[in-house]
Amino acid sequence: MPMALRKQGIDYPLLVIALLLSTFGILMVFSAGQTDMPANFVLSAWKKQLSWFAVAIVVAFTVMRGSVRLVEWSAWPLYMLSVFLLVVVLFTGTGAGTASSVKGWLTIGGVRLGQPAELAKLATTLMLARVLSAQREAPKSLLELWKPLLVVGIPWLLIMKQPDLGTGIVFIGICFGMLYWSGVPWQLLLMLASPGISLILAFSTGVWGAWFLVLVALVLWYRTYLYEGVILVVANVVTGVVAPSIWDRLDTYQQQRLLMFLVDPSTDTKGSGWNLTQSLVAIGSGGVFGKGFTLGSQKRGGFIPERQTDFIFSVVGEELGFIGVSVALALFLALLLRATRVATRASDAFPSLVAFGLLTTWLVHVIVNVGMTVNMMPVTGIPLPFFSYGGSFMVVSWIAVALLLRISAEGRGQPDALGL
Amino acid sequence: MSHHPNEIVRRARVARVLLVLSFVALCSAFFRTQVLQNAQYVLRSETNRLRAVPLPGARAVIVDRNGETIAENLPGYSVSLLVPNEDSLKSALRALNAVVEIDSLQQKKAVRDFRAAPSRPAVIFNDASFQVVSVLEEHRVDFPGLLIQSSPKRYYPDGEAMASLIGYVGLITEDELALPKFADYKPGQQVGKLGLELQYESQIRGREGSRYVEVDARNRVVRDNGVRADEPAESPPPLRTNLDMDLQRYAHEYFGDSLRGGVVALDPKTGGVLALYSAPTYDANKFIGGVSSAYYNSLLTDPHRPLENRATRGRYAPASTFKLATAVMGMKMGLVNINTRMPQPCRGSYFLGRTFKCWDHSGHGDVTLAQAIQKSCDVYFYQLALRIKMINLLAGGVALGFGEKSGIDLPGELKPTWPAGFAYFNKKYGARGWNQSVALSLAIGQANNEQTPLTMAKFYTALATDGAAATPQIVSRDPERKQILNLDPEQLRTLQVALAEVVTRGTAAGAQIEGLTIAGKTGTAQVNGQEDNAWFVGYAPVDKPQIVIAVLIEEGLHGSTAAKVATKLMERFLKRKLTLNTVTVD
Repeated sequence: MPMALRKQGIDYPLLVIALLLSTFGILMVFSAGQTDMPANFVLSAWKKQLSWFAVAIVVAFTVMRGSVRLVEWSAWPLYMLSVFLLVVVLFTGTGAGTASSVKGWLTIGGVRLGQPAELAKLATTLMLARVLSAQREAPKSLLELWKPLLVVGIPWLLIMKQPDLGTGIVFIGICFGMLYWSGVPWQLLLMLASPGISLILAFSTGVWGAWFLVLVALVLWYRTYLYEGVILVVANVVTGVVAPSIWDRLDTYQQQRLLMFLVDPSTDTKGSGWNLTQSLVAIGSGGVFGKGFTLGSQKRGGFIPERQTDFIFSVVGEELGFIGVSVALALFLALLLRATRVATRASDAFPSLVAFGLLTTWLVHVIVNVGMTVNMMPVTGIPLPFFSYGGSFMVVSWIAVALLLRISAEGRGQPDALGL
Repeated sequence: MSHHPNEIVRRARVARVLLVLSFVALCSAFFRTQVLQNAQYVLRSETNRLRAVPLPGARAVIVDRNGETIAENLPGYSVSLLVPNEDSLKSALRALNAVVEIDSLQQKKAVRDFRAAPSRPAVIFNDASFQVVSVLEEHRVDFPGLLIQSSPKRYYPDGEAMASLIGYVGLITEDELALPKFADYKPGQQVGKLGLELQYESQIRGREGSRYVEVDARNRVVRDNGVRADEPAESPPPLRTNLDMDLQRYAHEYFGDSLRGGVVALDPKTGGVLALYSAPTYDANKFIGGVSSAYYNSLLTDPHRPLENRATRGRYAPASTFKLATAVMGMKMGLVNINTRMPQPCRGSYFLGRTFKCWDHSGHGDVTLAQAIQKSCDVYFYQLALRIKMINLLAGGVALGFGEKSGIDLPGELKPTWPAGFAYFNKKYGARGWNQSVALSLAIGQANNEQTPLTMAKFYTALATDGAAATPQIVSRDPERKQILNLDPEQLRTLQVALAEVVTRGTAAGAQIEGLTIAGKTGTAQVNGQEDNAWFVGYAPVDKPQIVIAVLIEEGLHGSTAAKVATKLMERFLKRKLTLNTVTVD
């Protein structure tokens, strides 16, 4: 092991949880291929996923050898590279899977190399950690947030242009998570989010009105700068009032997916709600103990859409039941809690922010992806870490594991003064 | 950022709480879906992947009064395709056509059925031959949605003798499906098309069962047995009729290939239909499940119109068989009794504006009503008609039921022709286009008077009994009898004696049967452009009538021809009934 690891050694619980999740995931990809349908590529997907897993382990081991300092140094070039690739992909990108209308894939000579958005998530996390760790004091006004917002805003706009709603949500999650961890007061975060909240609540005038009163009270109580307060109120009025026109500008499929989330999915079973309905039927019919590994009848009949990628958790729900779902979710929760511990014990502000950014990324992925399968979240094509079939995502997930392991290793050996 | 440990610890605590809360929220969503709503989703997953394949139910067996089978079910096979969409149905049909021949009509029908009910298998062969089935079984693996299943096939042991009564069954058509009475029918199901099969459809249709096959998301069959217990098809109890198959067959034999006409035999006391036959006939079995166009066209182009049911739809001038109606009217009005003579004896014709001939040009002389019936003297009845007066004659015919259908439980019966009043003639010929001398023709069963064998038989059930006509019933309900003659018993008895004399020494004397007393009336109806039609309507035995028969023979030349057929049928029925009774007593 490299020299730096002497301080702490490897965070075995974190490593073991990540390995367990990957194994679980590959088994589910295998099961997703076991159907009564005529043979297709999903049948052998697990083999590819297994080889990608091997690649991911090698990459992770390599990343672990680099110090946190090196990572901090690489933030700028990685960020520039990912922004560049996001621009390139807007012109040359191709679609895939559920999100076939989204131009997210970087393709050279017909070979799909990967999704720049995956790299951008990592690079933005590093860049944001750099910017936030450089600020000595936590921002006290919205204006002071311009730098971190710019860092997130550029890749976010490029991704929304693709348009990839799901990854856009992940960026917003990363942004708020890391701002919170850097010590930005919750009132400020709420005010930052307020135009977005207004946008959502604008569909019901009464609810929006109530929210608007709360916001005004918050602005008065927090005593923002006058112009900030005015801008905020105006921004909320604008989003609250122009929301319907923005709605009209969304692509039909985006509108449908959002609507599907807002209304009962069973109203349109063969149209846009089909995916969601089939996922619910599969999960619901799994019951407590499930139908048995590889034996899910909805999966076998091909009723679960994208069963090896976006809807792989529906296969977990159908075949392993509530027990299997609980185990998988418990593993994810353990991973995130362990990552919180890493963030807490990091030696410095930069690694601490990186760790928290990585765990926020995972959290948003898990909540949005798993929530989508039970109609808690809108259907946005974002994958489930360690489970969904896909090479670049597997590698990126393990780079995150490697970074956390490295940060953990370089962190403070002893629990801090307050006994954490 | 502020990296003070105290700050970090506080934020970490909040972060942990939020993490745990969000996972609890996720878990509870799964708990609700998987544990609380499990039953509902299990059901939906079943309906998702299981398709019910209909198991056709056998129709009820139809039997005659002695329990002999009229309609039964033979084992057969139907071939259908369960497919995801129209395109795959079409390509599967093309592929199947390479193995067994499916003509374009059948292909189109299968596609239409599929459009009407896409979740049900599209029927290709409703009654596949054993050869076709064995060829298809061989190629079964190539056609995943192919369903070969047993499907009862209707069969009529006496298909030709029964054709006019039984009707046939076939696949329900789109037009039929649009009717409210077929609301719960689905494409590909069998339905009664004519006759008893149609009349008693709701009573004899088989109850469809289901077996289940498992399909995938594209509606392809994945597994086809044991996925769920079958719901067996059910067959209703046998339908018992009043018919006498022996008599029906005998009528068929007697008419053979040469005679054309209709026969109706009724039980005078109950109206029970003992036989109902129309000649020439056709084979009802050839209509089951769709008639071949060659056979159907040969029937359609046959000049003798075998598809026409002469017993219920053939309207013929009743000729002299109607004279009993005229006699009844005269008696009821008190104008005549059985011994009354008319002012002008029969010299072979009668003059009223023009000459009205008697059928016997040599004349009958001075006759009583009894003799007039016996010899069928037209001149006597011309004068009786004048006494009755035309307006009373028309009203009397209506009262005796000549203007309405018999009410038999068989679809398609035609209403007989009987003018209800002068308006009929005014409308038809104009107010000056006719005069009341038409009453003379009406009284002897000619002119605007057309009856079916069925309505004549019904009228004679009144003459054979106490004056009440019985509604013909193929399947017995409570007998419906209605007093129509309203004569006193003595008057009625004298008429019955006169009718008996027709056979003993009158116009039907040649048709006597030894050991059997028969009453009845012949009729010889003139038809423009062809030979005379022959009628005989009567009953036997005279003292205790058990059978009323109306026989019409097209171009039978003289009523005595029909009388011979009728008395033979009576003999067959009564003698067999006697033997059967003896056997039962033994």
